[in-house]
Amino acid sequence: METLQDTATKKATTSSPTFKGTGSQMLLNALIEEGVSTIFGYPGGAIMPIYDALYDYADKLEHILVRHEQGGIHAAQGYARTSGRVGVCFATSGPGATNLVTGLADAQIDSTPLVCITGQVFAHLLGTDAFQETDVINITTPVTKWNYQITDAKEIPEVLAKAFYIAKSGRPGPVLIDITKNAQLQVEEFETYVKCNHIRSYRPKPKVRVEFIEEAAKLINSAQKPFVLFGQGVILGNAEREFKAFIEKTGIPAAWTIMGEGAIPTEHPLNVGMLGMHGNYGPNVLTNEADVIIAIGMRFDDRVTGRLDKYAKQAKIVHLDIDPAEIDKNVKADVGVWGDCKETLPILTNLVKENKHEAWVALFKDYNQQEIDQVITPELYPAGEEMTMGEVLRTLNEITGGDAVIVTDVGQHQMVACRYAKFNKTRSNVTSGGLGTMGFGLPAAIGAKYGAPERTVVAIIGDGGFQMTPQELGTIMQFGAAVKILILNNQFLGMVRQWQQLFHDKRYSFVNITSPDFVALAKSYYIEASKVDQRAELKKALQTMIDHDGSYLLEVMVGKENNVFPMVPQGCSVSEIRLK
Amino acid sequence: MSNDTIKYTPEDTNYEGKQDFTITVYAEDRVGLLNRISIIFSKRKINIDSLNTSPSEIAGIHRFTILINEGYEVVRKLARQIEKQVEVLKVYFNTDSEVIWQELALYKVSTEEITEKVTVERLLRQYGATAVVIRKDYTVFSVTGHKEETDALVKALEPYELIEFVRSARVAIIKDSAGFHEKLKEFEADEPGEERVENEFLDKGDKIFTM
Repeated sequence: METLQDTATKKATTSSPTFKGTGSQMLLNALIEEGVSTIFGYPGGAIMPIYDALYDYADKLEHILVRHEQGGIHAAQGYARTSGRVGVCFATSGPGATNLVTGLADAQIDSTPLVCITGQVFAHLLGTDAFQETDVINITTPVTKWNYQITDAKEIPEVLAKAFYIAKSGRPGPVLIDITKNAQLQVEEFETYVKCNHIRSYRPKPKVRVEFIEEAAKLINSAQKPFVLFGQGVILGNAEREFKAFIEKTGIPAAWTIMGEGAIPTEHPLNVGMLGMHGNYGPNVLTNEADVIIAIGMRFDDRVTGRLDKYAKQAKIVHLDIDPAEIDKNVKADVGVWGDCKETLPILTNLVKENKHEAWVALFKDYNQQEIDQVITPELYPAGEEMTMGEVLRTLNEITGGDAVIVTDVGQHQMVACRYAKFNKTRSNVTSGGLGTMGFGLPAAIGAKYGAPERTVVAIIGDGGFQMTPQELGTIMQFGAAVKILILNNQFLGMVRQWQQLFHDKRYSFVNITSPDFVALAKSYYIEASKVDQRAELKKALQTMIDHDGSYLLEVMVGKENNVFPMVPQGCSVSEIRLK
Repeated sequence: MSNDTIKYTPEDTNYEGKQDFTITVYAEDRVGLLNRISIIFSKRKINIDSLNTSPSEIAGIHRFTILINEGYEVVRKLARQIEKQVEVLKVYFNTDSEVIWQELALYKVSTEEITEKVTVERLLRQYGATAVVIRKDYTVFSVTGHKEETDALVKALEPYELIEFVRSARVAIIKDSAGFHEKLKEFEADEPGEERVENEFLDKGDKIFTM
């Protein structure tokens, strides 16, 4: 076994030792060098030396004490998503580390850049089943982009530099660094910290090959019914402008995955809506009519494609992605354009002809009108007495104007929020897309607020999901994160209930969930709160929530048995989407 | 661009059915990397028939040789997932006709049994076996070759009290490979050089031996 210093990374040019201190201090110095200002974490035995060092760094590093490590890592995710920077979280060994696993899996599947630091027992105790020892490296291997265990403090600067480089470059992802207690305590003379920008075995960006972009342009230029599908890759690549220029020049209608939502404003004339299971009618049906599909920074998740053997079989597929493993993974590409879309899109835009696919875009509008008549209007302006989730979103849009960051949990409210929330800006929709983690919303919203302190952050959460991580109200209480919490309470685990209604003969098996008095719960944490169950009070209540100076919880009682439509039933083609 | 250009078309490639593929992985020598690679298979419930880890022609670079029986498309996706790992430099996958491979097998048999009932010379000649150890109580033979060859000797020895048998993982040399020295230079460069082929499977069609 050779050490990292020998092989993997380029050696920094030697310089005189500039810092003598403990591994823990070096770790914190490295975080500062990487531009970290906020850490979400929770202390414990095996990470105590790092926390001891942190005591002296309070002026440079803000540490947010969460109430559970899962809350810590989701907060770091929320922070990364709104700020575009690497989220950082600390946890101790054993249970502290295992509590990170859900967040790591979520960040891995949603490509969120994180560096997680876990404490570990002394190196001489490894493998002895020591107190709070767990094999965190092996537990987290499938859910991290990279992980590494440090047993010698000398490795800290180089490994940390690598960790940040790997987390944020290429297709971003979570990195976990496990540091044994002896390495945290070890006193060393450290050389000047050098950021990493090259690892020989790691190619974050495939080389851009113009000939494939030329092939893509040919297809696009000859297309009669071209259709763009975009995902979070546009946002992660900071390529919103390049993307907008491309669709505006070609006049191609564009639909988003929920991870890509907000990369162009909701009201952009070429934004035709949401893809997938609960997406819009037109984009789903017309996927199976388009002649050329241009997929940009998206990965053809099964919730987007529905039944694969009936998915866009008539279309030529152009797939732009930074991760070569995504091309041909689920849907075979006729032209695969490897690369960062920030670089490939401008080349493509240069090569395509100006166009206006007026009749084709109008077809989307026709389908949209059908959806408006049959689904959207009844949802946003319900005739019945019960409030709908959709009308809450519509009212919220009226108040925020589309400038808020919307953080969602998972379930019906998530689909409704993604469908109806208005977004003017990128990095505004924070949701757990790939993993579908209930309990993500509240902690992620705390992090989202730290990542974008100047913006209004609204966490929209169901009554079920809220009860998975309510302890993070304590974090809000202690640190004053001004998160607006909007609980849409339908007194059910609504999405599961919907499936049981539609596909299991209405056999409601354990979806009837009771809730505590959310208002009293919030108030017990000294968070202002109220509840509405009448339509007449809704707008005022939402306005109060948004205007309130500080965090606020608003519980809205909505219809118990409303369903989210349209819907592509599992196992069906996207063109078999149901409006009711 | 038609699909054809990204097809991999050696004559014996069966796109639909399963066949043996030898996956060759060049990687950094790092604790835990074997786990990171093997879970890519187990995540998809794919069995590894044999796996060998060894040094390569370059100091510090490790070479994994993995044998699986799967369809071409599955293997191609696996190769991409492996190559995506931070500490993996390059992955090749090849059909049997594109590699030269060997496995080593050891056989322990009772010396008495074998001297009474079969002549050692006959075995050595017929199966290309080597006597590694000859003791009063037992003899150990070794055979190097393909699975069919080493299996044949198992069958031949069965009547004579085969006490122990073991076969190593496959090790393979890619016929069409020029080794890794030149490739490594490209990986070590900060900026990818012009000669660095990234999309080679898209480039060369049937000429290529890699993904």
